[in-house]
Amino acid sequence: MTAVGQSVERADGRLKLAGQAEFTGDIRMPGMLYGAILHSPVAHARIRSVDVTAAEKAGGVVAVLTAEDLSDLDPYYGHALRDRPVVALGKVRFLGEPVAVVAAESQAAADAAVALIDVEYAELPIAASLETALAQQAPLVHEKRARPGRAHGLGDLPDADGNICYSYSFRRGDVDGAFAGAAVVVEGEYTFPAVYQYSMETHTTIAHWHGGELTLWSSCQHPFLVRQEIAVLFGLPLDLVRVIVPFLGGGFGSKSYTKMEPLTAAIARKAGRPVRILNAVHESMITTRRHNMTCRMRTAAAADGTLLGRSAEAWLDTGAYADNGPRVTATAGDAAPGPYRWPALDITAHCVYTNTGPAGSYRAFGATHLQWIGESQLDEVARRLRVDRLEIRRRNLLRPGEEVRPGGKPLDADLIGDVEKAAINVGWGEPPARSADKKRRGRGVSVGLLAAGAHPVSMATVRMGPDGSVTVLVGTTELGQGARTVMAQIAAGVLGTPVTSVVVRGTDTRYTPYDRSTGASRSTTVAGLAVQRAAQNVLDALLETAAARLEAPPQLLTPVAGGIADAGGRTMTHAELVRARFGFDGGELIGHGRVQPEGGSGSYAEGPVFWEVCVAGAEVEVDTETGVITVLRTATVADVGQAINPQLVARQDEGATLQGLGNALFEEMHVAPDGMLLNDTLLSYRIPAFRDLPAAMTCSIVENGDGPGPFGAKGCGEGALAAVPAAIVNALADAGVPMNVLPLTPERVWRRIQELKIG
Amino acid sequence: MTETVRTTINGEKVVAEVPAELLLLDFLRDRLGLTGAKQSCEVQVCGVCTVLVDGDPVSSCCFLAADVDGREVETIEGLVGSDFHRRAVEAFMRHAAVQCGFCTAGMLLTAKALASRGTGWDRAGIAEAMSGNLCRCTGYRSILDSLAELLGATS
Repeated sequence: MTAVGQSVERADGRLKLAGQAEFTGDIRMPGMLYGAILHSPVAHARIRSVDVTAAEKAGGVVAVLTAEDLSDLDPYYGHALRDRPVVALGKVRFLGEPVAVVAAESQAAADAAVALIDVEYAELPIAASLETALAQQAPLVHEKRARPGRAHGLGDLPDADGNICYSYSFRRGDVDGAFAGAAVVVEGEYTFPAVYQYSMETHTTIAHWHGGELTLWSSCQHPFLVRQEIAVLFGLPLDLVRVIVPFLGGGFGSKSYTKMEPLTAAIARKAGRPVRILNAVHESMITTRRHNMTCRMRTAAAADGTLLGRSAEAWLDTGAYADNGPRVTATAGDAAPGPYRWPALDITAHCVYTNTGPAGSYRAFGATHLQWIGESQLDEVARRLRVDRLEIRRRNLLRPGEEVRPGGKPLDADLIGDVEKAAINVGWGEPPARSADKKRRGRGVSVGLLAAGAHPVSMATVRMGPDGSVTVLVGTTELGQGARTVMAQIAAGVLGTPVTSVVVRGTDTRYTPYDRSTGASRSTTVAGLAVQRAAQNVLDALLETAAARLEAPPQLLTPVAGGIADAGGRTMTHAELVRARFGFDGGELIGHGRVQPEGGSGSYAEGPVFWEVCVAGAEVEVDTETGVITVLRTATVADVGQAINPQLVARQDEGATLQGLGNALFEEMHVAPDGMLLNDTLLSYRIPAFRDLPAAMTCSIVENGDGPGPFGAKGCGEGALAAVPAAIVNALADAGVPMNVLPLTPERVWRRIQELKIG
Repeated sequence: MTETVRTTINGEKVVAEVPAELLLLDFLRDRLGLTGAKQSCEVQVCGVCTVLVDGDPVSSCCFLAADVDGREVETIEGLVGSDFHRRAVEAFMRHAAVQCGFCTAGMLLTAKALASRGTGWDRAGIAEAMSGNLCRCTGYRSILDSLAELLGATS
C-alpha cells in the first residue's frame, strides 16, 4: 500500500494549471440553445396571467416555457419534500422564483426576450423572515402539506404546522431537575446569518433529449439522486436519464441534490434542441444558500464543572422550498448538545418556510449553526465557575466508545487529544502577547461532532487491462477536494501498482456504478471503501492466476510494485498475469466493490457512518475603537483515522478555515422585509481574500486508524468550518467581548463594546 | 453596430468584426474557443476571467472586445509553454495549490503581471496585489506559498 499515506501529486493539477480542465460551461453542443430565466419581481403573489406572445416572436427565440407546458407531468420535485414546481405554478413564493424560461440562439437574444414576457401578479402578504413566518396569522408560504420526497432519510415526516415544515427533537433525563439543581445556568438567544456558498463556478446545466433519452451535463454533486428526481418528474425509467458530470468549480453543498436540472430539461424538451442554463451569481444566490437561524439555549452545570443539562430550541429559515432543510435541521439538532456527557437534554429544531430564496446544504451544515452557541455557553460556565476552559472540556467530553445519541454509532475519536492539540497550537497557557493600546487579545477553542457519511451506499468498479493499466469507475464527483486522486491512491494501494497508472474519470451514470452522493464527507470513507473492495477483487484474480502460473500456494504470494512475487522472488507483472489468464493480449480483469448498510436499514438514526470531528482553536485581536477583529492564529485538527493523502487533508482544513473565518466575521445575506436580497453581487457580498489569511494557520492531522473507511480512514473537510467560527467567538469573548450574533462585523462588535463599556 | 478589431491574441494576429457591446470574455470563450478564462462574478471582483492586455491584468468580464483593437492579449492558453508557466506549474503542484481549478488560470495571469514588475515580492505585497483574485477552495496559503517562491527575492 505504498500509494496510501503519500502526498502524491493531484491527478488533475497539471490539466487545471493549463486551463484545460473542462467544466460544464465550457461545453458547446451542436445546435445548443442558450436559456434565460424570468424571475419573479415579488416575493409572494398569485399569478393571474402569463403572456409570452411577444417573447415567442422575438428574434432568435426558439421556445418559451411556462407552467402550462408541464400539464402532462406531475411537475413537483424535491428530495426531502416534493414541494417545488419546475417553474412557478399558480403562485410565486420568493422574489426571484423562476416563472418562465426562454431558449434562444444566443444568450443575448434569450436575455432580451425575457424582458418581453408579461406577467400579472396579485400580491399576497409576505413572510420574509423567521419572525414574520412564525407569527400568529402569518401568511402561509405553502397552503398544503407537500408529499415526502424520495431521499429525505428522516423516517415518518410529521404534519406541517403553519410555516414549520419539519421538526426534530429528542429528550433524555430529568431536564427540569437538572436546571433546578445547578450551581450555574447560562442562557441566551443567538442569531446565525444566511450565507452564500459561492462555488466560483455557478450552477450550470445542459439538457439534450434524443431518441426518447435525456442526457444532462450538470455541475452537480449527486448525479444519481439527480437522475432519480428527473426520471420521476418526466416519467422515464432510470436508464433513459443519463447524467454526465464534468469537473466542478467548487460545490461546498451548493450543488447537492437537484437544482437547475428540472427547469433545463423542461425547456430542452419543449425546444427540441440542447439548451444550456448558466446561472449568474445573483441567480445562484437565490438557487441555494445556508439557513439563517435563531436559537435559544440553556446550559446547566454543577459547582465542580460537571455538566448537568442543556435545552435548546432552534428555528432554521429554509426559504420558500424545503430543499435539504429538514436534514439540515436534524443535523443542527444533533449538534446542539456537543460531544459531552449529559444527564439531561431537551433539544428541538424547526425547519421554517419563508418567502425567501431556498436554503439547503453548505459544508458542515447544522454543526456550523450550533457549535458556536453550545461552545460559547460552555466557556461562560467555565468563566463563572473559575474553571479552565480546556479543563472543563476534559472533564465532560465523551471518550471513545461512549454513546453520542441513543441507538447511534458510539464515539470513534479521541476528542480530548484533539482539542489539546488545537489549544497548544494557538498558544494556550502562554502569556498573552502584548497588544497595542485600545486593542485586546483572546484565545478560544471549540469541539464538536458532525454526523457524517449520509446513507452508506456506494458501488465501484476497477478494471485492469492487458497492459496492466487500471481504470476506476466510481460515482464520486471531483469538486476540487481531490477525490479522483484519492480514489486512484486507494486502488493503487491495494494493487501495488504505481498511482500514475490508475485513471479515474468523471461520473457518467450510463457507465459509472451507483454512488449515493458526494457530500457529508463520505467519499473517501464510503465510496473509497467500495473502491478498495473492487481493487481487492482484481487482486484476488491476479493472485489466482499467479498461483497457477508460478505453481505456488496463494498465501505465499505477495503483491509487489506492478506485479505479484512468490516466496523465491520470482515475479509476474500485472500485464503478464492478465494476458496469461486470457491466453492472448486481450481481456480485462473487472472487480466490483459494494458498500451497503450492515445489519440495519441504513437510516440516519442508526448511523452515522462515522462522527466527523470539528475541533479548532483561534487567537484574535479586537480593536476596541473600531470593532475590527484580526484573526492572528487558527489551529484545526483533522482527525481522519488514516490520511490517504496528507497534503490534500491539510488543504481541506485550510479551505474550511477561511470559509469559517468568512462565516464568522463578515459573510451575511441581507433580505429586506419585502423579500428582496439586497446584496446579490460579490461587490456587496464579500468572501475572504488573500489579505484575510491569518498570520498563522496550522492543521494537525491525527491518524488513530479508527475510521470505517479504507485503511482505517474517515472523512474530513467539513469539521473545521463548524469549529473555526466557534473558536473565534470564544477567543473574542476571552478578549472581553462575548457575542450572540454572527457575523462579527465591526459595527456589531463596536456596539457591543460600547454596551460593555470596555476599551 | 459592429466594430473591426485588429488584435494579437497569444501571439497570433486576429481580425474580427464584433458587436460594440461584446465583452472580451465572451469573445475569447465563444468566438475563439479559448475557455481557460472563466465567468463568475461579472463585476471585476473574483478574477477568474483575468487575462493580460498589453501585459496588464484585466477582468475580461468587464472589458469590451472592441477595446483590444491594436493591443496584445494573453490568456492561459498563451501562457502555457513559457518558462514562467513551467515554473508556476512546478510550484503549484509542489504546494498542492490547485483544488477545483476554476480560479487557477486567473491566478497565474495576475502572477505573470507581477513577475513582469520585478522580483523581490514579499508575502504581504503578494497578498495585497493578488486581492483581485478570489479562491473559495484552498484557503489561499498554498497559493501564497507558491507565489512567494515564484516572485520572491530568492527566486
